[in-house]
Amino acid sequence: MKFRVERDVLAESVAWAARSLPSRPSVPILAGLLVEAEEGQITLSGFDYETSVRVTVPAQVADTGKCLISGRLVADISKSLPNQPVDIAVDGAKAQVTCGSSRFTLQTLPTDEYPALPDLPAASGTVRSDVFAQAVAQVVTAAGREDTLPVLTGVRVEIEGSTISLLATDRYRLAIRELEWNPQSPDASAAALIPARVLSETAKAMTGTDIIVSLAAPGSGDGIVGFEGQVSGGNRRATTRLLDGEFPKVRGIIPTDSAIATRVRLDTATLVEAVKRVALVAERNAPVRLTFSEDSVTLDAGSGDEAQASESIEARVVGEPVTVGFNPTYLLDGLNAIGTPVAHLAFTQATKPAELTGVTDFDGDPISEFRYVLMPVRLNS
Amino acid sequence: MGVRADPSILHVDLDAFFAAVEQRDKPSLRGKPVVVGGIGLRGVVSTASYEARKYGVRSAMSTAEARSRCPHAAYLSPRFEVYRATSQAVMAQMRALSPLVEPLSLDEAFVDLSAAGLHDLTVEDVQAIADDLKDAIKQASGGLTASVGAGTSKLIAKIASDLDKPDGVVVVPPGTEAEFLAPMQVTVIPGVGPATAQRLSMAGVRTVADLQQLDADELIRQVGTAHGSSLHRMAVAADDRPVVSDRETKSVSIEDTFETDIIDRALLAAISERMAHRVAERLQKAQLSGRTVTVKTRMHDFTTHTRSSTLAGPTDDPRVVARVARRLLEDSDISGGIRLLGVGVSSLADWIQDDLFTESEAVEAAEAAVDLADVPVRSRERQTGYYPGQDVTHPAYGDGWVWGAGRGRVTVRFETAATTGPIRTFAVDDPELSLVQHTPPDDEESAAEADR
Repeated sequence: MKFRVERDVLAESVAWAARSLPSRPSVPILAGLLVEAEEGQITLSGFDYETSVRVTVPAQVADTGKCLISGRLVADISKSLPNQPVDIAVDGAKAQVTCGSSRFTLQTLPTDEYPALPDLPAASGTVRSDVFAQAVAQVVTAAGREDTLPVLTGVRVEIEGSTISLLATDRYRLAIRELEWNPQSPDASAAALIPARVLSETAKAMTGTDIIVSLAAPGSGDGIVGFEGQVSGGNRRATTRLLDGEFPKVRGIIPTDSAIATRVRLDTATLVEAVKRVALVAERNAPVRLTFSEDSVTLDAGSGDEAQASESIEARVVGEPVTVGFNPTYLLDGLNAIGTPVAHLAFTQATKPAELTGVTDFDGDPISEFRYVLMPVRLNS
Repeated sequence: MGVRADPSILHVDLDAFFAAVEQRDKPSLRGKPVVVGGIGLRGVVSTASYEARKYGVRSAMSTAEARSRCPHAAYLSPRFEVYRATSQAVMAQMRALSPLVEPLSLDEAFVDLSAAGLHDLTVEDVQAIADDLKDAIKQASGGLTASVGAGTSKLIAKIASDLDKPDGVVVVPPGTEAEFLAPMQVTVIPGVGPATAQRLSMAGVRTVADLQQLDADELIRQVGTAHGSSLHRMAVAADDRPVVSDRETKSVSIEDTFETDIIDRALLAAISERMAHRVAERLQKAQLSGRTVTVKTRMHDFTTHTRSSTLAGPTDDPRVVARVARRLLEDSDISGGIRLLGVGVSSLADWIQDDLFTESEAVEAAEAAVDLADVPVRSRERQTGYYPGQDVTHPAYGDGWVWGAGRGRVTVRFETAATTGPIRTFAVDDPELSLVQHTPPDDEESAAEADR
């Protein structure tokens, strides 16, 4: 095997393919990156039996063939190479990487035991990659990170016709995003639970125009989901195994319009800054308290025994005055996710779930395609 | 070389604590070998009285081996509630001496005299203070003895308290620490277990003197950087660890010992559920909440395991505590049966992070609810089974303790710390005989129970 590839193309492809490789693989060959050279292109693949990634990019191939090399090492090498064409050649059990006057000799791993990557399931539809990346980034912030509750480390994807809903929760906050896509069939209906970390990395990596989403018929044993996109002249594919388990019934906890007693509009950036400042005295995510009056909100945190902080900012409040406490991290995550200049908070009661949505300006209506529901903190005494 | 100028750190260690409490409450056992621990076939010795130690009975030895070494000893089940109450009375005496007391277990604590405003202490001063403290402990505990070590550091105090047991006081004069440690085995230094001792022994190090002479670099080569430099300091008694008192409530917990070892997971789950509810009730009453849920299991042979899980936010919700406790219990090995189950909440706070689903899930669950009242109460205290050492009462004979039980009969010695009376045998279901309930003095204590 022998080929020449552009340095940036190699570095970018390897960085993505190697990121999904296990750091402590169950078998050594899974730490390897499979490099396959065909006529005019090379394919780099990684697989850990859960998630597979595959990137195909153009290259000048002199000799076709394949080899398996340490993914982490190739990633470290390729990102530090000078900006010149890179030559890779395999000779026996060694791979030579040459770039300018730099030369590396790497051991190869046996390719015959390397597992076959799963096939992409049949395409279910396409989605615009920028919309998808933004939507995924918005919801994964609410996903759980504890392995003790595996179901909550996933993003639930619900497909109904031309609408996809993404849902994630760690029990304390819930993010729901709805977006439009082009399903293969107009009456598509499906649901799947995709590991949040993989979904997030994949959505970020698919920077082309569209992403093809392929969901293996759910309920047919080992469910997997595939993503495919074109990125800077190359093709990227990823698959991952779906998570098992029952996602909580989350729709019932979203406050209904009729139950909302207080609606508040605030400047998002001003609120973010104020929360960050006041939270400096809140240890271990102790709550920040928000006391709303007609035209302002006072934030305060800390206790009499220790440090205290408070700050007032402008707010447009409609309805009952309310005092509510939040874990500052949960509130900030939500404010960062809405992505609009104005934030809209809706409360039913101080101890019941509150809803955060975005608004484009103070007089606009809340944008309902993204909702962030968070549970307030109860303050003793 | 000590970091303090005065020998102001005391280490107080109650002598053969569990056994001494038994001898206090059971006058007929005074001066006789007493072994407290698991009395079953696979039990382990918690504490042996000094009389039993003469026969080679030691803590952590299997009870079977102890029985073969000392067959005529009294073998008793532990009465933790009584030990806990006695411990609290003893700790109160130390706290009367200095506000800075760090309990290590029910029967051991450090006291920092400098926090009591006592400075420029001579060896004689400390000797006198220690003697007075021992008298106060004896008075408050109904006759228990303690051994006290004193020195310029925790390390020295702890080692010193072990040198003149029982009922002794050893004050190590400031400036003599390195010399004091020199002849001792390296294993007296905390952190030197069998593995480190083995490695040191290969470098020719057996005593602290050997260690003192060893070059720091050589030591680090043998046992690693972090461990090596700390050992080097400990070897010359350069131990500046402070005495840390923490009298605030650190955890709220409930535990129960069962009549018979339980292996039925469903029953354990139901019991843990009820405990979780009681813990949450106590949290709510104290206006507290906590992030860490702990489940404690004690096996038939007295080995004790704790598992814990920390939530993202503190809770006082019984359903949340119960859910986490149930999961921890599911992950626990209960094969062989468990004799004690405990549920506790720690990392306490005064605010509560509720979650989004507990309320709505509870509504769902209510439809398929198991009525907790249906769970049979199987706690050891509430059954008619009798174990040697337990306190019982009889309307005619008064208070006494179970001397032996079996074949449907129970033999009771009617005596207490202050009274003597006859030995009588009853049928186990004799309605006149009943167990004495010891109300736990305070489950919310921060001191760890002596699980030995």
